[in-house]
Amino acid sequence: MADVDIGNAKKMTIICTKGTLDWAYPPFILATTAAAMDVDVTMFFTFYGLGLLDKKLNLSVSTLGNSSMRMPMGGMQMAMPNMIGMLPGVTAGTSVMMKNLIKKKGVASIEDLREAAVLSDVRMIGCQMTIDLFEKKEEDMIDGVELGGAATWMESALASDINLYM
Amino acid sequence: MPDITPDIVLDTKGLNCPLPILKAKKALTGMENGQHLELASTDPGAVKDFQAFCNATGNKLNAHWMDGDVFMFMIERIV
Repeated sequence: MADVDIGNAKKMTIICTKGTLDWAYPPFILATTAAAMDVDVTMFFTFYGLGLLDKKLNLSVSTLGNSSMRMPMGGMQMAMPNMIGMLPGVTAGTSVMMKNLIKKKGVASIEDLREAAVLSDVRMIGCQMTIDLFEKKEEDMIDGVELGGAATWMESALASDINLYM
Repeated sequence: MPDITPDIVLDTKGLNCPLPILKAKKALTGMENGQHLELASTDPGAVKDFQAFCNATGNKLNAHWMDGDVFMFMIERIV
């Protein structure tokens, strides 16, 4: 919890800077798992990562700039040519493929992981500067988000055992 | 398979990392010291993860075994 210092508990912070479907997973998986292992977790959402706090998520994954992206298809690993990502509809297509795969393999959705993070008292800080910069509205974000800036994260980070940037 | 009657049985078959851990944690939170949780998982990473989870949280992994293709765990709640 935000203002309660539990003393002996280990602490971790994660800076979340990216809002794509693939990049949304590492911070939420680590945050929920750490919380389950009795770690006090603070997540700081900035720039495109701030979108992960929107009430309604519609995350996508693109082949563009993602040259190592491979999708399993008929027992093969299919490379996704970088260039096709420029064509209309391709990002929507790769996003649907990824979401279908996620469901099929029993991987949690980002919505579920985020809900689990909220339920396990992960502290979530939305970057005030990013809200101003991108003209985001606080009411579009999930409940329980605290707003703050670099110094707010620093205060947590200085008292933490692990600080991650994603 | 240990000769222990579990107080709670949890089926996480088909779920992938980190869901089995999250569900185990939720179940353990409501349990009393010395009670046992039996958990089933099909996640191949679960054996290593439950060992690490128990080491870090102080709960005791009394046993893990295979039931066909399913990874089984017996975790003792230590408060």
